[in-house]
Amino acid sequence: MVKSVTNFGRNGLSDFLIQRITSVVLLAYFAFVAYIVLNGVTYPEWRELFSATWMRIFSVAALLSLIFHGWIGMWGVLSDYVTERLMGPKGNVLRFLLQLLFGAALFIYLIWGLQIVWG
Amino acid sequence: MCLRAFRGTLLVKDTRPVNLDIGTMKLPITAYASILHRISGVFLFIAIGLMIYALDSSLSSQADFDSLAGMLGSPVAKLVLWAVLAGLIYHSVAGVKHLVMDMGYGETYEGGVLGSRITFAVSAILIALAGVWVW
Repeated sequence: MVKSVTNFGRNGLSDFLIQRITSVVLLAYFAFVAYIVLNGVTYPEWRELFSATWMRIFSVAALLSLIFHGWIGMWGVLSDYVTERLMGPKGNVLRFLLQLLFGAALFIYLIWGLQIVWG
Repeated sequence: MCLRAFRGTLLVKDTRPVNLDIGTMKLPITAYASILHRISGVFLFIAIGLMIYALDSSLSSQADFDSLAGMLGSPVAKLVLWAVLAGLIYHSVAGVKHLVMDMGYGETYEGGVLGSRITFAVSAILIALAGVWVW
């Protein structure tokens, strides 16, 4: 029985796990960048950090985590509030369209981010 | 969740009335911790665009790096920066609470209340510190 076709993984358990793993990657990335910025950084140092291969890999890991995490998070919110129960049949159409819109935004974030860190 | 699975097995269309007007209910602190995690998540979805924009400028050239630093000196930009940091901080702290609960700690109602209080307290402190850093 198919209950949902717009969730990210094959099932809720998979989404649950992906959401947690990506959250740890994102937390580590933001904590690291915050640490660098808090210590004060000049343009040459900042530039050098982001051109290091390990930092590029870390950044791409964070970007991929962002799009998975964002998809699953928005799916969770949409499938709770933009629903047939709350809005009638048009809820289903609107939820699908919004998920597509958020997906497109995430795709733009991914391409934009890749261009910055590896362009 | 069990109810949803159970309903799915029914062949007749479920027409039972749903009476859940959240506006009339007094919500526990755990509910506020949860809804704020969602609101901050949706907010961050939009804010991430600003963050990527800032990263782009900061890495383009020395001139762009300087103009970004200069732009962050304006009161409006400081306020936006603080709001984004506040969203990041709350979402992160509430996320860590989720991870702790996933590991089996604080899964009782009392544990949830305590976890929510800690989440609010830690976030408030970090958000205040972020404000001090921004200004």
